[in-house]
Amino acid sequence: MTNTWMDIKSADVIVIMGGNAAEAHPCGFKWVTEAKAHNNAKLVVVDPRFTRSAALADYYCPIRQGTDIAFLSGVINYLLQNDKLQHEYVKAFTNATFLLKDDYTYSEGLFSGYDEEKRDYDKSSWDYQFGPDGFAMVDPTMQDPRCVFQVLKAHVAQYTPEFVERITGSPKDKFLKVCEYMASTSTPDRSMTSMYALGWTHHSSGAQNIRTMAIIQLLLGNIGTRGGGMNALRGHSNIQGLTDLGLLSNTMPGYLSLPTEKDIDYKTYISKKLFKPQRPGQTSYWQNYGKFFVSLQMAFFGKAATAENNYAYDYLPKLDVIQYDLIRAIELMNQDKMTGYICQGFNPLMSAPDKNKTHAGLSKLKFLVVMDPLQTETARFWENHGEFNDSDPKAIQTEVFELPTTCFAEDEGSLTNSTRWLQWHTPAQDPPYEAKSDIDIMSAIYLRLKALYEKEGGAFPDALLNLTWPYQVAHSPTPDEIAKEVNGYVVDNVPDPTDPTKMLLTAGKQLDTFAQLRDDGTTASGCWIYSGSYTEAGNMMARRSTSDPGEAGIAPKWAWAWPVNRRILYNRASADVKGKAWSEKKKLIEWNGKAWVGFDVPDYGPNVPPQKSVGPFILTEEGVGRIFTKALMRDGPLPVHYEPFESPRINLNSPKIQGNPAGRIFKDDLAKLGKAKDFPYAATTYRLTEHFHFWTKHAKINSALQPQQFVEISEQLAQEKGVVGGDWVRVWSSRGQIKAKAVVTKRIKPLICDGSPVHVVGIPIHWGFMGVAHKGFAANTLGPAVGDANTDTPEFKAFLVNLERITDAPSDAATV
Amino acid sequence: MADYQSLDIRRRSASTDSSPDVRGAIEVAKLIDVSKCIGCKACQAACMEWNDLRSPIGDNIGVYTNPQDLDPNTWTLMRFTEYENPDGNLEWLIRKDGCMHCSDPGCLKACPSPGAIVQYQNGIVDFISENCIGCTYCVKGCPFNIPRISSVDRKAYKCTLCVDRVSVGQAPACAKSCPTQAIVFGTKADMIAHADERIIDLKTRGFTNAGLYDPPGVGGTHVMYVLHHADSPQLYANLPKDPKISTLVAIWKGGLKVAGLGLMAAAAVGSFFHYVAKGPDEVDDHDEMAAERMKEESDRS
Amino acid sequence: MTRDVPHTTSDGGLTYVSRYTTVQRINHWVTAALFTMLTLSGLSLFHPSLFFLTGLFGGGPSTRAIHPWFGVVLFLSFLMLFFRFWSLNLPNRDDIEWSKRIGDVVSNRHDRLPELGKYNAGQKIVFWGQSILITCMFLSGLVIWDQYFGTYTSIEPKRVALLIHSLAALCAILIIFVHVYAGIWIKGTGRAMMRGNVTGGWAYRHHRKWLRKEAAAHGIASEAEIYAAHHPAPATKAEPPAK
Repeated sequence: MTNTWMDIKSADVIVIMGGNAAEAHPCGFKWVTEAKAHNNAKLVVVDPRFTRSAALADYYCPIRQGTDIAFLSGVINYLLQNDKLQHEYVKAFTNATFLLKDDYTYSEGLFSGYDEEKRDYDKSSWDYQFGPDGFAMVDPTMQDPRCVFQVLKAHVAQYTPEFVERITGSPKDKFLKVCEYMASTSTPDRSMTSMYALGWTHHSSGAQNIRTMAIIQLLLGNIGTRGGGMNALRGHSNIQGLTDLGLLSNTMPGYLSLPTEKDIDYKTYISKKLFKPQRPGQTSYWQNYGKFFVSLQMAFFGKAATAENNYAYDYLPKLDVIQYDLIRAIELMNQDKMTGYICQGFNPLMSAPDKNKTHAGLSKLKFLVVMDPLQTETARFWENHGEFNDSDPKAIQTEVFELPTTCFAEDEGSLTNSTRWLQWHTPAQDPPYEAKSDIDIMSAIYLRLKALYEKEGGAFPDALLNLTWPYQVAHSPTPDEIAKEVNGYVVDNVPDPTDPTKMLLTAGKQLDTFAQLRDDGTTASGCWIYSGSYTEAGNMMARRSTSDPGEAGIAPKWAWAWPVNRRILYNRASADVKGKAWSEKKKLIEWNGKAWVGFDVPDYGPNVPPQKSVGPFILTEEGVGRIFTKALMRDGPLPVHYEPFESPRINLNSPKIQGNPAGRIFKDDLAKLGKAKDFPYAATTYRLTEHFHFWTKHAKINSALQPQQFVEISEQLAQEKGVVGGDWVRVWSSRGQIKAKAVVTKRIKPLICDGSPVHVVGIPIHWGFMGVAHKGFAANTLGPAVGDANTDTPEFKAFLVNLERITDAPSDAATV
Repeated sequence: MADYQSLDIRRRSASTDSSPDVRGAIEVAKLIDVSKCIGCKACQAACMEWNDLRSPIGDNIGVYTNPQDLDPNTWTLMRFTEYENPDGNLEWLIRKDGCMHCSDPGCLKACPSPGAIVQYQNGIVDFISENCIGCTYCVKGCPFNIPRISSVDRKAYKCTLCVDRVSVGQAPACAKSCPTQAIVFGTKADMIAHADERIIDLKTRGFTNAGLYDPPGVGGTHVMYVLHHADSPQLYANLPKDPKISTLVAIWKGGLKVAGLGLMAAAAVGSFFHYVAKGPDEVDDHDEMAAERMKEESDRS
Repeated sequence: MTRDVPHTTSDGGLTYVSRYTTVQRINHWVTAALFTMLTLSGLSLFHPSLFFLTGLFGGGPSTRAIHPWFGVVLFLSFLMLFFRFWSLNLPNRDDIEWSKRIGDVVSNRHDRLPELGKYNAGQKIVFWGQSILITCMFLSGLVIWDQYFGTYTSIEPKRVALLIHSLAALCAILIIFVHVYAGIWIKGTGRAMMRGNVTGGWAYRHHRKWLRKEAAAHGIASEAEIYAAHHPAPATKAEPPAK
């Protein structure tokens, strides 16, 4: 989230699209009801289903899954055609004025530079025109046909309300009503928040879904303001922490990127990270990349990282592909190229697309380690559970190790929530039986590996042997020790250059902020953005003051937020060019003549006067928000509507290009895609409030609240298929089938797309063959292993199925 | 929370004891704002947690309401209704069902067991299970169809309004757990004021019939609803429009109870005085001799 | 109950008429005992001031549990009574005349009353009243017997059933009250149900038609004959009873 959960209370319009906050984030949703109750906010929900969020909406508009970009591009078109923009903001704080290279083009679904063979782009044309001074060229009047503003206008021109209706199935009048709600926040005193989640990310164009809304928010001046922002509601309590700490295969802590094969040495690697400002006087904060990187290496390797060995750069693995994501891992298992798998708090048999493929992959492994507090389906993938997991244990040679871990309420540490708050928690109870914390298990594995390498040697054991391990009890580091390391500390004294008798930084002391990080090996920090979370003053994450000056929704002394306890990102943009709040009601920070002061920590140089025209988006090279993202996205600098890889409709927008041309799909998976004539219904998977993923079916209370797997269909489809509520139905795709109870509902209605109905089949995910609820099928048996072009996130939210009524309940009997 | 923690008893089933009235009592209420409810069932889960209950793991019968009804382990239940309003727009009406804690509780009126049902001065109606005899009269007495009898111990169960929490200054578990503050708890006066604020907001959003559900037929309740359609509470899974204690129950546990005893007493007294006034009806010698004669006649024949 | 003191007849003996067989008497008293227990247990749940009566049955829950079982047994027992006596309780003209003179009945003015058969109108009202009321209570009792029949009806029929049940019980209790009082007030009645016979005088006074019929059909026994019938003496030693 750019903003915070609390901040939603300041919104005037709340748009829930690409998510279902009431369902999946009921606790955060309290701020929506608060905004409605006390800020007269209007809630708009756009979703294929009339969701729990829609139940409280002031306005609901249906949409066919996978067509969000068409819808939102239509909104952009509406805003531009009706001049509903926050002009000063757009001109000063976005790259609308920037001129684009002449060879950048878009036509018929493709941008310039496409290579059909590689399903990838040469992105060199997706850039600004640079002047002789080396800076990007701009046209402040925004009249130049090559300026981003004009290019955008042309890019979205075809998304008229009529065209939007044909693609999305959203009735024109409802679409226009949503446009009006959004447009009402173009004035400086009103703001709109966008709350989204996996309803946008689980698509082959997932990242671009979000981009499209981000463009709208920039045009409306809603980024950096109170009650505004792009607010990604994270799907697990600590999934924000996962990405922050670099648990994705291509990143390192603090969003530093793992080197690739091409980065043959440190010089090559760091030369790509210099991030020179592209407009005069801009901050371009990523210029400090080297400080973050070197400090991270110091935290990893301590004294083994030296200037001479480029701070142990060679110890790092180098990626040979873009990333080893989940879908790729399973593909590699199936190709016998990945033979061991460690599953830590993860249940891929249930969570990965195309369960049968996952099962086949796991069956080929030599070993599988599962660290989990629960008996997961993955750990028991080899067991036969009748139709629910029709496995033949005799044919599977995979050796499975289960290591029971503590549950979140049984250990100490911090969780990072969607709002970027690091909240420290203490255990509520002791772990049961032999369960151990993940830290203890990982330490034990590490120490054993180290001992083996010390004894037996290896090809290149240096990284492992030189890992710094400064914990008092080697096999059981404390959460405090780790948190302090993550925050960062001074490795060597740094004398004050102005007064050599004083120390700027004293060895052994905790760092206060990442501004103190250095690239000379004198500082260490395990995750630069977390610097400040555990200082000499103590554990900032454990703070619990609810004081909230001005009731601004900031509560600065509650826990700690990255970066530097800043609660609302880009908050410089809450004030106009002169540094005055756009509106008194929405004041966050203001320039008082000497400094930026207000409720939040300024996302800006604290003493940089507004007259210096430093842009509010200090992380970017341009200093402004990007409507046009240059070469940063794999599938285009502007969003384009493509159909999901499995879609009931041809792509009206560019008939030659059906799905995202840069979306990632492996050959086998491509061959398995279903056709609309065989699988006529548009399916989507989702969560229910009553359950959390595949965990809570192990709990009696949750299981009582939603005991049995079901799918949701409209009354119209039910009638066609002779189904009544409570009947058993079989739902199948080209990859497999599930059987479930039918919930026939008015909340799903056929969508009229281009003149004929598209039926939606809703498939909640929570059931499996372990736990105390009724046994169920993996919902992800059905969906395709298609990855988003940028993130490789699977397309769980849009695929094709068929459905029929059946008379017999699925059999649970072992069929070996 | 001062005075509404008091567990002074206002009324006690099958008892004629007078209530202590010296301490000023403040009535409490739980307000359920249906317009803020997302049907997440956190209240159901919290209720089970706090009261150490486990609802049965049932079946899906094609609806979101689970379990399908209140039961001895399910003291509160979200009931889901899909309603297409006259404008053709869908409304998903979600109501948390459970004991309404009537000011004039039908259950207490019907209960024959002294002290099995009590009403505290703060308005909470509580079942004291150790005194419950399992007669199910409370089920018949309740205008909202709330109490449920356990097949295990044949005792009646329902929401206690977490009287054990309220008595130590805590809100009921459901209110505590409600993420959207659709369930709030406080003095009845405060809750009515809060509801008024919510009703004004709902009216500005086009719900012209928004209102408070505090039915006078049962003397008002200590669980109240804010409804978007207060004119048609039946839309919300058959919430009764004008609930009151059934006339049948009122006769049975009102007039009949008194009249019955009176009649029996009158019969006893009347008989006694009849005996005193008229004396016994005794067989006299004349009768016996007449019978003797008859015997002799019959013997002869 | 006041003990009957038989009057001596002219020759020093009493005459007797057989009124109830042993089986009938047992049937009656079983029914009466169950009715009593049902009354006590039922009333204990009817009015709070009588709740203490549950103590007789081991407390509230056991009273609640046992009451319907008493009811089932009573119903069966009463059915037997019903089939034994229903034909004797069919109304006739005398009942009308008797009823019209109810003032004389309560004033012990038998001289003004018509001769009656085995039962008077009051007794017939008891019989038919109980027949109807016990059936009502049995059926309504099933509806409110939650443990076994709770799921068969919704709440509203149960409320109706409860009201019927308690109204019927009230009426039945009042009827039985009169029935019992009559037994106390009308001396000589008790032995009919305790010993199976009544004195000739009693029969003459209250059910003269019946007595005539009995006398004609079966004769009337003297005290000595009844003694002999009950104590058969060894043939050799026995002396013939005095006439």
